[in-house]
Amino acid sequence: MTCLVDGLFPDVGKATVRLLRRLGHDVEVPLRQTCCGQMHVNTGYPREALPLVRNHVETFLDYDAIVVPSGSCTGSIRHQHADVARQFGDDTLVQGAQIVAKHTYELSEFLVDVLGVTDVGAYYPHRVTYHPTCHSLRLLRVGDRPLRLLREVRGLDLVELPDAESCCGFGGTFALKNPDVSTAMLADKMSNVLATRAEVCSAGDSSCLMHIGGGLSRLHTGVRTVHLAEILAADGRAS
Amino acid sequence: MTAPRGVGHLRGDQPFPVAAKAAVADAQLRRNLGNATATIRAKRAAVVGELPDWQQLRAAGAAIKDAVLANLDNYLIQLEERVTARGGTVHWARDANDANRIVTGLVRAAGATEVVKVKSMATQEIGLNEALADAGITAWETDLAELIVQLGHDQPSHILVPAIHRNRAEIREIFLREMGGVDPALTDNPAALAEAARTYLRRKFLTADVAVSGANFAVAETGTLAVVESEGNGRMCLTLPRTLITVMGIEKLVPTWRDLEVFLQLLPRSSTGERMNPYTSMWTGATEGQAFHLVLLDNGRTATLADPRGRDALRCIRCSACLNVCPVYERTGGHAYGSVYPGPIGAVLSPQLTGVADNASLPFASSLCGACLDACPVAIDIPSMLVHLRAQAVDSKRHRVPSPEQAAMAAAAWTMAEPARWTRALRAARLSKWIRRRRALPPPLSAWIRARDLPEPPPQTFRDWWTDGGGR
Repeated sequence: MTCLVDGLFPDVGKATVRLLRRLGHDVEVPLRQTCCGQMHVNTGYPREALPLVRNHVETFLDYDAIVVPSGSCTGSIRHQHADVARQFGDDTLVQGAQIVAKHTYELSEFLVDVLGVTDVGAYYPHRVTYHPTCHSLRLLRVGDRPLRLLREVRGLDLVELPDAESCCGFGGTFALKNPDVSTAMLADKMSNVLATRAEVCSAGDSSCLMHIGGGLSRLHTGVRTVHLAEILAADGRAS
Repeated sequence: MTAPRGVGHLRGDQPFPVAAKAAVADAQLRRNLGNATATIRAKRAAVVGELPDWQQLRAAGAAIKDAVLANLDNYLIQLEERVTARGGTVHWARDANDANRIVTGLVRAAGATEVVKVKSMATQEIGLNEALADAGITAWETDLAELIVQLGHDQPSHILVPAIHRNRAEIREIFLREMGGVDPALTDNPAALAEAARTYLRRKFLTADVAVSGANFAVAETGTLAVVESEGNGRMCLTLPRTLITVMGIEKLVPTWRDLEVFLQLLPRSSTGERMNPYTSMWTGATEGQAFHLVLLDNGRTATLADPRGRDALRCIRCSACLNVCPVYERTGGHAYGSVYPGPIGAVLSPQLTGVADNASLPFASSLCGACLDACPVAIDIPSMLVHLRAQAVDSKRHRVPSPEQAAMAAAAWTMAEPARWTRALRAARLSKWIRRRRALPPPLSAWIRARDLPEPPPQTFRDWWTDGGGR
């Protein structure tokens, strides 16, 4: 469970748990986990990230499959953790990080590749457009997996997002360090979302959705942001 | 040794976020850049898509450049031997000051007061035009876009299309104002503008005694230099004047003639989105009736080579594909980067050439979206390199009193390193007044709420929900 989901978007975590249980799986949430350390690494603080990487690796070392409802956290676990450990010469941690990385899946990867399902039995009667987040797209190469999942959702009207592969401008602390450029990028993303006439903009990362949603809310557009997990977990019954 | 201060164009006057603020607010610039980058992106995607072996070509390009960088000392000596054997003279320039002194001396020795230039990033990097002007020598840029920049008393804003920030109407105004003797009926039709430039430049080509060029490639085994261009003005420069001076970064080498096959496919498709560029000029040593001087420029490249996590930036063939796909560059243009090398490659190259302390904001001028890596024809992992340079930028300030950012990062890491602390912190944050208020927040969150709302804090954290039974 990502730190952002834990503290700000618990519904995404609940939806992920519900979805996996509905598909017949036993879900564990080890409470020792805190944060993958991506923000620290990407802001230039690998030294500070090291204890977070260690805590993460030690928490998840013995699990067969670790499912993350975030492309960028999965990307950090897969592509940065071992590297951070290597920078500080911790060989045991490097090995542990490599094992955990191998067992870690972004949600759509896990559903499509490991469980082999695209129809997860969801019902979501709304007009939806999907923003493929940068790290899902270019770091993990999840490709059209999220779209294949969404196409099987009953009642869902999926509308293609123009210029979908452009970054929304979040970029972690980039949004704070370069607020003007970040907002300029967000403006173009929002105008593309609005052009679809969708009620809901979805994505696989709560962080990007917090950014896009923060802009859509500020402008009172009436468009909501909803994480992929929440759509896939929806089945028409009250949660 | 890094590139010296006080000379050349590798450092900006302002940090990136400050310069970017003005650029983002410039409606004309945004429109010009948006249109131009979208056009080049589409052209590139089309011609790259038609090559089934593009990924293999990229891998080959990266491998050849890596082999060059691993044996740069030997290849450079081999190049010097071959060029010298064919009647050329090779000069070694440790930095921008060295190179400017060498070129100025050569122009003076040739008795010239004017030089024509074929577009060259290296000479922009070292500020050669200013150095020549200080010595009473006028340099005429002959690449059309460089000419527009020069006549506009401006700086290049793109590696390949230096005047990308200008549209046709602006170019027409510059020509009318600066060229002298231009028919006021000149339209902003591209052909008419090109004709005006042709007439203007022809006189320069026919009268200049000295030309200064850059080089796209140098072949170590033969001593051959190559310039790739679109207009033919470069070829005029290379062939007409009696003295040719080429200034080239030491990383521009390829080992063998055969290696050009790879790069002459990678470069035009990545840069202009063409299968082949209109003019490729190659020369080996001095040709009859012409003296040839090759100035090999270090200016921070050896320092870059010394960093195993940063040296891949020296693979760069200056195609600009990363600029054209970059969502940050598209909105700010090149001037905001403060260096002749803007965009993603500039954000990793400029801080390494100058030392990261002098360009500390550039590694942060990216959302790490990864589009640059996908577009790079020599597979430079720019996002990872940016992250590496960010750590260097942070470390370069660690000896001082911790900045608010450092303190915040350390506090966050301390809290998150221990699950019990993190659980308590989440509960406390949820109840804290400033998170609930979400209107007037201290920096850096004030930057967030200028244009974006913060989410409503949830009634319960996820971990508390899980502890309460997790929906069972």
